[in-house]
Amino acid sequence: MIYLEQFSYLFASALFILGLKFLGSAKTARKGMQLAMYGMGLAIVITLVVSGIAGPVQIIVGMLIGGGIGAVVAKKIQMTSMPQMVALFNGFGGIASTLVAYSEYIRFTGAEAMDVNITVILSLFIGTVTFTGSLIAFAKLQGIMRGAPIVLPLHQILNILLLLGTITFGVMNVLSPDVHMWAWFIIAAAAIFGITFVIPIGGADMPVVIALLNSYSGLAAAATGFVLSNNVLIISGALVGASGLILTQLMCDAMNRSLTNVLFGAVGTDDSTGEAGAGGEQKSVTAYTAEDAAMIMDTIQSVIIVPGYGLAVAQAQHVLHELGEILTARGIDVKYAIHPVAGRMPGHMNVLLAEANVPYDVLYEMDDINDEFQNTDVALVIGANDVVNPSARTKKDSPLYGMPILNVDYASTVMFVKRSMGAGFAGEANPLFFDDKTMMVFGDAKAVVTALVKSLKED
Amino acid sequence: MESLIVSIYVFTLAVFIGFELITKVPPLLHTPLMSGSNAISGITVVGAILAANSNNWGLSTVLGILAIAFAMINVIGGFMVTDRMLGMFKKDKKVEKGE
Repeated sequence: MIYLEQFSYLFASALFILGLKFLGSAKTARKGMQLAMYGMGLAIVITLVVSGIAGPVQIIVGMLIGGGIGAVVAKKIQMTSMPQMVALFNGFGGIASTLVAYSEYIRFTGAEAMDVNITVILSLFIGTVTFTGSLIAFAKLQGIMRGAPIVLPLHQILNILLLLGTITFGVMNVLSPDVHMWAWFIIAAAAIFGITFVIPIGGADMPVVIALLNSYSGLAAAATGFVLSNNVLIISGALVGASGLILTQLMCDAMNRSLTNVLFGAVGTDDSTGEAGAGGEQKSVTAYTAEDAAMIMDTIQSVIIVPGYGLAVAQAQHVLHELGEILTARGIDVKYAIHPVAGRMPGHMNVLLAEANVPYDVLYEMDDINDEFQNTDVALVIGANDVVNPSARTKKDSPLYGMPILNVDYASTVMFVKRSMGAGFAGEANPLFFDDKTMMVFGDAKAVVTALVKSLKED
Repeated sequence: MESLIVSIYVFTLAVFIGFELITKVPPLLHTPLMSGSNAISGITVVGAILAANSNNWGLSTVLGILAIAFAMINVIGGFMVTDRMLGMFKKDKKVEKGE
């Protein structure tokens, strides 16, 4: 029986690996995730069989409750709310690991070897940090908490003390495993650390934090695997841990920030947004209307649409797709350029556009489309700013300096659909607004694009 | 101690496989990747079942059941939402015909 169990776990691990491999292409992705689903099903069923399913009804009840909640959330959730959901799910993964580790811990007889004890401590710590950290990230994304960074006095010293405390409690716990107080102290320190770790990080940096917590939720599962010496947990946890870490790195690169800077930099603590544009000579900007923009669209052959989060906030994805269709029907070449940090989590903008039926083969990554702007008639920037700000290339003292941007300024005409002249998250003024080839169309993204569609239909 | 060494072995190799596989996932699919990995990290349910599996009701069993519920939210919710999302990704019909 033990062989059946172990080989089933091995098979499940292989299915997870295959599933992730199939995620390498949009064509096979769905099939891949189904393979992973079978792997999960197999692992769960074999565990139930081996542990003697006939006995405890409570296991089935627990599964039905959790599964039911999961199913409802998955069906109801809006695609714009995906970041919150992933954040919350990261937290659930963390708390599950903590609970399993603590459940093992109170079963201790006192005869456990030191390594078991250490893995339990590790599991309690990672699981709890993931849990409270994810709850804070969720609260910030959901708007329950303000997105602005919260920095306590002596914040870093507090964090260091919490970590040192955890290590001390951990050592005490290893020395006297029967004193439960030490485990509680570890959990408490980890819970506070999870909070103090996420509160100083601003709303704009949340994509990095979710990716990092995603990685932690994997590590928490792996730590539980260490406690139980269960390889399928270790392998799955390691895969998720690696995945989260890569996404974290990609997000940091796309914002030209180091992870240390994101975690400890507390960007945006001072309200320096006001001075954007001041100082230099006040250039004037001509405001155009959607009708003006529509007239330009009559004469062009190619357009690259650059969507930003402002588009999603205005819920303008569907009408944008309609605009794309109309332009395509007129023989205009329509492409979408997606910056890696467009949206609130890695890949978010792609999902939002896919939901609006924009086919994925017209969505281009930054590196694949940046050379095409110079041969493009119109770059239509909707609800984006920092990711197209040319200051990132030239202005050395800018917070954006060095960030990879979309080269919209190389296009013959640049159209900005924007609510105001305000600067982006980075607080850096965009000189492109004042360029002669730029048309500023002010207004809510949905209203402007709708007006654009209307006037294009009329003529 | 021996089992810990084996665990570290398995973990390290799996991390390498993870890095190899994930670097090949296109940015287009990064959100489904994250929700999918939510689902996969729900594998903790296996550990939770083992923890809850006892006929003597105690704190340990109760914690196990709670863990099962949390992990199952991830498993079911994660896989369902990922599938829902991947179902939205469509190729351009016109382009497909032209091929």
